[in-house]
Amino acid sequence: MKTNTEPKIVAFCCNWCSYAGADAAGTSRLQMKPHFRVIRAMCSSRIDPELILDTLKKGAWGVLVAGCHPGDCHYVTGNYRTQKRIALLKNLLTELGIAPQRVRLEWISANEGGKFQKVINEFIDEMTSLGPLQLPGRPTAKEAS
Amino acid sequence: MKIGVYVCHCGGNISEVVDIKKLTASAEQQSEVAVVRDNAHMCSDVGRNLVLEDIKKHKLDRIVVAACSPQFHGKTFMDIVEKAGLSPYVFEMANIREQCSWPHFNEPDLATKKAKDLVSVALAKARLDESLSRKTMPIGKRVLVVGAGIAGIQAALDLGDAGFEVYLVEKEATIGGKMAQLSRTFPTEDCAACILSPKMADVPANPNITLFTNSEIEKVSGFLGNFEVIINKKPTYVNDQCVACGVCEEKCPVKIPNEFEQGLTNRRAIYVPFEFAVPYRYLIDESNCIYLKKGKCGNCKKVCPHDAVDFDQKAEKVELKVDTIIVATGYDIFDAKEKKVYGFGTNKNVITSLAMERMIVHEAEGRATREIGKRVAFIQCVGSRDEQIGNEYCSRICCMYATKLSQLLKRADPKKDVYVFYTDLRAFGKGFEEYYKRAQKTGVKFIRGRVAEVNEDSKTGRVTIKAEDTLARQIIESEFDLVVLSVGMTPGAGTRQAAEVLRMTKSPGGFLQEAHPKFKPVDTLNDGVFICGCAQGPKDIPDTVAQASAAASRAIRLMNKGVYAVEPITAVVDEDLCSGCGTCVSVCPYEAVKTEIKDDKRVAKVNEMLCQGCGSCSAACPSGASQQHWFMNKQLKAMVGAALGEEEK
Repeated sequence: MKTNTEPKIVAFCCNWCSYAGADAAGTSRLQMKPHFRVIRAMCSSRIDPELILDTLKKGAWGVLVAGCHPGDCHYVTGNYRTQKRIALLKNLLTELGIAPQRVRLEWISANEGGKFQKVINEFIDEMTSLGPLQLPGRPTAKEAS
Repeated sequence: MKIGVYVCHCGGNISEVVDIKKLTASAEQQSEVAVVRDNAHMCSDVGRNLVLEDIKKHKLDRIVVAACSPQFHGKTFMDIVEKAGLSPYVFEMANIREQCSWPHFNEPDLATKKAKDLVSVALAKARLDESLSRKTMPIGKRVLVVGAGIAGIQAALDLGDAGFEVYLVEKEATIGGKMAQLSRTFPTEDCAACILSPKMADVPANPNITLFTNSEIEKVSGFLGNFEVIINKKPTYVNDQCVACGVCEEKCPVKIPNEFEQGLTNRRAIYVPFEFAVPYRYLIDESNCIYLKKGKCGNCKKVCPHDAVDFDQKAEKVELKVDTIIVATGYDIFDAKEKKVYGFGTNKNVITSLAMERMIVHEAEGRATREIGKRVAFIQCVGSRDEQIGNEYCSRICCMYATKLSQLLKRADPKKDVYVFYTDLRAFGKGFEEYYKRAQKTGVKFIRGRVAEVNEDSKTGRVTIKAEDTLARQIIESEFDLVVLSVGMTPGAGTRQAAEVLRMTKSPGGFLQEAHPKFKPVDTLNDGVFICGCAQGPKDIPDTVAQASAAASRAIRLMNKGVYAVEPITAVVDEDLCSGCGTCVSVCPYEAVKTEIKDDKRVAKVNEMLCQGCGSCSAACPSGASQQHWFMNKQLKAMVGAALGEEEK
């Protein structure tokens, strides 16, 4: 199914906090809109801006990067790196004419299933109202339908 | 390449939502997939044997299991894949339970579509998996135990008895911790000193334990099997010639409140911490010694018959190498001054429960330090379960120590009126409820209600308490001779420092976080570092001792085999692409990457022993030369493509 009408969200989650937080949401049977796909990395700092741009280029409407809360990073300072990189990337997105809110950074701990649910549902709603990312050479939602 | 895909029903947890037939049919269409099977329980013996036999029979070289979270059963399947003779890293898991069937059970069609995508993502990664092998590293039998309260003592003794080499570091001049200050222990009312002091004496007697008192850990670097520790041994200004004859103390002109006695008695600037201190030796308190501050006096040195006083003693750095670390840094009592409404520090007849412990000890020994009076009130939950001061947690010990102290007072003098004002009476431990009933029978009056006001009459010194009795539904206003604040626990200064030096994760209350609340209660996310006692969270003595023994046994489990397995998901540098810019060096939290000259070219080099596999350097590398095994750039990109429904090539 290659439609452009359903939101597509990619969520990069760190192994120690946010992936476990996503699991916690599922274990608690917290219901979420199913339009997101989680990709696990060991640390949020593994997710480089180029990969995020590539994810948007491949058709994601929005990209969530989730890591441990400041001070809780399993790798000491990884999440601070992530924070800086995402801030810079958002500047770049603005310059490229892409809404910076398409990339979202969140701190979600292993026991914050409720926060994971809230963030995902909010983000999917926000991206649904923004619609698919219009890049040159990409059919728009209208064209696809 | 031949990939086997295995879909688990999880006994209905998955199959009641996800259409298994559609999922297996879609997997069969994917390239390189040779075998697709489904089973009610892939983690069962039957399910695991399916994988094992297929690998042999069909010569599979990649395995994808679509089931629960990799954090739940990832290791189960990696072990099976390894057992079949493959690298455990040619295995991928698609999490179609926690992240699909459970959070989307109301939308089976979309959940099925998502499950297909998740299998595609796992396949995309699996196709690019390398045959990595787990490495084994040698590990020795040296353990650092930080903190020598009852938790650290128990862990050190267990390890020492088991033949491990223990370095026990204590910031105070004696071991024993807070337990040494207690009168009796609930609910059995053993004398705390009587049960603790033999254990304390066992420490220096154990040939495998090296004790550092008056010492702190200053720096810890390295990793499991190879920690490098720097200990700062502070000066005591008294050398080991001291036989504790006490001549010096008599001549010391300084008198200051004794901390161990909660200020109920005074001590000198040269002193022994308490009568059963280990080591039993004098030390000089440098902040109060006249000679050390002004260069005058020196009485103690003049009179010492053993030439044990040494004003020139300096702090000493001791470097150690250890294989594992146990953190047993304990707690501090809540500073009751923070709870201003109770007037601690300004009202002289408002004291802490720890002072009451000491008063009871002195009373029992016939050397009372101050008047207790006829009417005594205990106020519970001071610094615990109090959102106003920011401590939401229950300190777990205060209900029972107040039950203990109140009935000790009542039994010593049945004419006393003893009240306990409580929020909830939590008597959850073995023998606790029975102990609480005994206190009620002794005549202690338990009033359910938080105290709203505490006022001391400056002339009479009597303290008026205003509280609501929420069971009798009436306001109580009553005068007492002494008010005891049942202070809770806070993560001690030692625990905060250990967390910083060891870079440990803390729980919301500030205590150290365990790796898993149920199944890894004394492990931490730092490999080879264990926690026990009140550093992990408030608890009583039996729970502390149980955790300390647990931490010792978890450390032994790692060290006893002599080798341990290391995950190979480290960073790796493509030297042809590397320009030697050193960006990776600056982002590495472990100093695991360095640049070096190789064939006249500067290149980055990863120390696989130090690399913990975060991948931060790979993300930072401007040329794509730095990569992380099992999370290579091309793998991440392929996963993204599959997640977004991109057609595979």
